Amino acid sequence: MAYSNKVLDHFKNPRNVGTLNKSDKSVGTGLVGAPECGDVMRLQIEVDESNVIKDAKFKTFGCGSAIASSSLATEWLKGKSIDEALAIDNMAIVEELALPPVKIHCSVLAEDAIKAAIKDYQVKNGLEVTVVEEAHH
Amino acid sequence: MDNRRVYLDNNATTPVDPRVVDTMVPYFHQMPGNAASRNHPFGWEAEEAVDYAREQLAKLIGADPKEIIFTSGATESDNLAIKGVFEMYARKGNHIITLQTEHKAVLDTCKVVEKKGGEVTYLQVERNGLIDLAKLEAAIKPNTILISIMYANNETGVIQPMKEIGELCAKHGVLFMSDATQAVGKIPLDVKELGIHLMAFTAHKMYGPKGVGALYVSRKKPRVKVTAQMDGGGHERGMRSGTLNVPGIVGFGKAAEIALLDMEKDTARLSKLRDKLEKALMANLEEVYINGTPDSRMPHVTNLSFKHVEGEGLMMTFNQNIAVSSGSACTSASLEPSYVLKALGLGDDLAHSSIRFSLGRFTSEEDVDYTVEALTKGVSHMRDLSPIWEMYKEGIDLDSVQWSEH
Repeated sequence: MAYSNKVLDHFKNPRNVGTLNKSDKSVGTGLVGAPECGDVMRLQIEVDESNVIKDAKFKTFGCGSAIASSSLATEWLKGKSIDEALAIDNMAIVEELALPPVKIHCSVLAEDAIKAAIKDYQVKNGLEVTVVEEAHH
Repeated sequence: MDNRRVYLDNNATTPVDPRVVDTMVPYFHQMPGNAASRNHPFGWEAEEAVDYAREQLAKLIGADPKEIIFTSGATESDNLAIKGVFEMYARKGNHIITLQTEHKAVLDTCKVVEKKGGEVTYLQVERNGLIDLAKLEAAIKPNTILISIMYANNETGVIQPMKEIGELCAKHGVLFMSDATQAVGKIPLDVKELGIHLMAFTAHKMYGPKGVGALYVSRKKPRVKVTAQMDGGGHERGMRSGTLNVPGIVGFGKAAEIALLDMEKDTARLSKLRDKLEKALMANLEEVYINGTPDSRMPHVTNLSFKHVEGEGLMMTFNQNIAVSSGSACTSASLEPSYVLKALGLGDDLAHSSIRFSLGRFTSEEDVDYTVEALTKGVSHMRDLSPIWEMYKEGIDLDSVQWSEH
């Protein structure tokens, strides 16, 4: 299967690889997937006082599409408010990266990781949890 | 990256040896005859060429030329052997024993046999990939007609104890069939010595062309017959109708002749290169595991799991330059990791992390050195990206983590 140039670009030059301090109150961590399923994503956000995501980092165990999906997600997250981040839909990732049907689950995982990170941040800070988990899988 | 192309996927298919190509060429235009045309020289020379190839193949496997049935490939040979025996020996019984680690050509054929009223036992292999002979013997029943065990596994290269299995079959009066696709032409084998009654193999795994294979069917002690699965002109002693692929068969024969000549030399060279590849990767990288026992393995194959790295992702770091294959689910449409590795008792995570390297006659030492370098870089890169590698390094017990299944 041939990959799109965008997947290849994110795979070869992944953006925002790394680890934020997960015990920091301003950091939300989402860990989704399972090693048995062949993909695990860890996506972290750092949120400032005005509720804006000022940094995002990821590490992913998975195929090229999973890595590209999470790399793209961190790019999109930076500078967004929590509400804007919650509006990111997996199909937007599919479109941007031109993922084939067998790789759609990679984008779903990225959306799940965003939501898990936001939920973690909200729970940690005693905020109202506004994450709505969709029944898409 | 540079433009180098390294082919380490010889278990998928081999390049055709140029000596084979040269032998085939005249049979496309200069000698176009149909081997079944009995009344003119075009037909005679085609038939003569086919008979010569039959001799070359028979010599390679220790058979009589009359025991070679030409087919389109090993998949067809597997189908013909299993379905053919099931139908021909219906009065004797309906039970077949095979392995969970067989190729799909055998497993899916057995599934069809089950639908037609057959009974099939799919034996599990041990963790090292080998069959337990006691378990095999225990599975034999009064209605068992056939035991079908592959010679060498395509994913791991593990070689089954064929002689011992042959003895068991003889002792219990059961036919012994083997899918020997990965073994024929690569390691010495003799069907009579091993007690094999039916054996499937193909040209394109032994430096011959694609689209031509063979089924060895024993003619003496016992005389085995299979019901034809293709109806038509009654070619191949009635067992396989259809005009013979003369150029392909000529190439297949030549490939067998070369295999016999070069086997010792190739095996010695390739096992050295394979060992070098394996040792270098295991020295350069932590947490690398060999899948399948190194004690009974094809000389040119190694299957390695690089822990906490996903196989398809890893392949993407070098697949512009190096061809290998992976047991990762992401390389298959099914999203399931390799059933062969799972049958060895490997966890899904290690199956997802596996890479098969299969060397061949045209693999050079530079190819191996280049691969070691690329793999070392690739695995390190992927581990830098891997959250579970980071967790493992922090000493977190990954089994204790509550993963979200999806």
